[in-house]
Amino acid sequence: MVLTANSRQGSESDATKGPFALIRQPFAFLGRTVIGWVDNLGAATIFLYLALLEIFRHKQLSKTVQQIYYIGARSITIIMLVSLFTGMVLGLQSYHALVKFGAQGAVGSLVSLSLIMELGPVLTAIMITARAGSAIAAEIGIQRISEQIDALHTMRINPLRYLISPKIAAAVISFPLLTAVFDLIGIIGGYISGVLLLGLNAGVYLHSIQTYVELRDVTNGFIKVIVFAVIVSTVCCYQGYFAHMRKDSHGAQAVGLATTSAVVLSCVLILVSDYVVTSLLI
Amino acid sequence: MDTPLIEFKDVTKRFGPRTVLDRVNLQIYEGQVTTIIGLSGAGKSLLLKQIIGLIKPDEGAILFRGQPIAGMQKSEIAASFAQMSYMFQGNALFDSLTVYDNIALPLRETTHLQKAEIDRQVMARMEQTELTEAAHRYPSELSGGMQKRAALARALITDPQIVLFDEPTSGQDPVRKNAILSMIAQYQRKFNFTAILVSHEIPDVYFISNRILALYNGRIVFQGTPEELESFEHPFKDEVINSMEALQKELTGLYSKRQFKILNHAQLKRRAVGDSYCIVFFSLQELNTVITQVGHDATQEALRDLGLYINKHFDAIGGFSTRRNTNEFITMLPYANMNEAENIMNKFVQDFHGQVIRSIQVGACKLAGGESLELPILAGIAQGQSSSDIDSVIALAKLQQKVIGRLHCTAGE
Repeated sequence: MVLTANSRQGSESDATKGPFALIRQPFAFLGRTVIGWVDNLGAATIFLYLALLEIFRHKQLSKTVQQIYYIGARSITIIMLVSLFTGMVLGLQSYHALVKFGAQGAVGSLVSLSLIMELGPVLTAIMITARAGSAIAAEIGIQRISEQIDALHTMRINPLRYLISPKIAAAVISFPLLTAVFDLIGIIGGYISGVLLLGLNAGVYLHSIQTYVELRDVTNGFIKVIVFAVIVSTVCCYQGYFAHMRKDSHGAQAVGLATTSAVVLSCVLILVSDYVVTSLLI
Repeated sequence: MDTPLIEFKDVTKRFGPRTVLDRVNLQIYEGQVTTIIGLSGAGKSLLLKQIIGLIKPDEGAILFRGQPIAGMQKSEIAASFAQMSYMFQGNALFDSLTVYDNIALPLRETTHLQKAEIDRQVMARMEQTELTEAAHRYPSELSGGMQKRAALARALITDPQIVLFDEPTSGQDPVRKNAILSMIAQYQRKFNFTAILVSHEIPDVYFISNRILALYNGRIVFQGTPEELESFEHPFKDEVINSMEALQKELTGLYSKRQFKILNHAQLKRRAVGDSYCIVFFSLQELNTVITQVGHDATQEALRDLGLYINKHFDAIGGFSTRRNTNEFITMLPYANMNEAENIMNKFVQDFHGQVIRSIQVGACKLAGGESLELPILAGIAQGQSSSDIDSVIALAKLQQKVIGRLHCTAGE
């Protein structure tokens, strides 16, 4: 797959010449930017499609398990830490807000629904992006600039099969599992602050969760996080894989910028897609 | 001549406004070692990458066994590229995999071989490339030479019919450079693959090459044998070959064959009719046995020490020397007759036995293990007249060779 880099050179040079150059330039810039986005979106979609085709090929299982360990298992500690304090803060804030209306009995449902439907998937995806996504982009970027990916081509090993597919598969498996951990620990965090520290009745806290949380809420949360998994893994792999084609930098700097772009773009896309998916699921 | 294995027809490649390759035409033949030489940035690596399909030409055609690659079916292209292997300039080893895993990677990913069979093949290659002890180390923990050997082992693990080497000796010291070239030559003879090299190592690379291609200003300006390159007259020769040879002399102390001939011509002009000169021919015998026993590095170290000593000894008395082949050296004694040359040689042999042989032996034997090894050093003298052809005098000196010393290697020495 080859991304075209020079297709817009003609329009750029035309826009900087002639009597209306000053008027044209902002439009030309806007046009270039939008076309660039569409270009990249199309390339990333093809990239994802080709990688997905390779997921179920021979000898992929061991590489996928390895990546699950790297993306999933090694992220558990940070996920647990973040979810614990997120749950505790939620418990604390919701208790003090609800107590004004005498509705502190709803703390359990508020904490759990917030976590299961929204915070769990979003924060899990953002935390994995920061921990594993950045590393994936940097690793693939370095493999690209040090010709390791070219070496795979020369050895007749499809880089998408060897490097990319296991990461995408592992992300799709790991993200929901880590979200489940996030939700559970977050609810425990809410219990610690609401029940143990603020004196809310434990039975009320748990009963409110049992009453108001439905299977549909959990399923929706998992649907969201699977979408995030595909987005994060594709964006991070794509940025690293095409680090050498960046126009703004070369070599190690390109890898650095590709990593930054991977994290920023993943986080933005997580939030944008969160809105889109939520609006479709509600 | 046979149909070329690989042929470029008017291949052009541009990067933006810059034309790197401009209607390049070249032929590479099966079973040969072909070396592409040229200045840095001339597009030598680009040629290799086009051969293996990493980069496509903008214009022109690349033919594989007479068939244009662009017109082949996908399966035919895959089958053609499957015969090739590539050794990258920067090695391109996977830094998160051990040396063993790097070498095993192509077998694991592209074949259905059992684990035991992969293990057997990888260990055999590692033994051949002297990497057994580094099996479980990561590339970053290896020296530059070992990394090169690991890359070479990986390139050869699938028994390819064509191996492309992109500057296999870059960043290596003179001994290692020659060791790597010697390794490539040895494997090429052993496995009979077609080797295509990009190299700056002039003249060392001539010793292992059947054909040289010279890339200059985006075009192939010379295709032929190293001997034909000697008589090639082109600005390329002044700008590229001469500058590289000058650098080479700094490293090894020996003149190139071309420089040797120039010096000979200069001496010839000064000689009166009837003046004689002598040629001394040195060689280190049974080189392949030595390489097998003590390894490439130690063999090259011994050859280098021998060359340096020959140069130092004869330079002091007005002689000049060159390396004629991997294991052969020639010294010209410009104004000596046979008697004088024999006296000079006797003195050389005495010094050689007294001072030098021990140090060469230490260098050659330091990697030896297991068995004892004896390595004969031969020398022969022939006299020529100012009117005689130097090549026939050299041939005569070669015939006159007799043993002047032996390197003895025993385990642990």
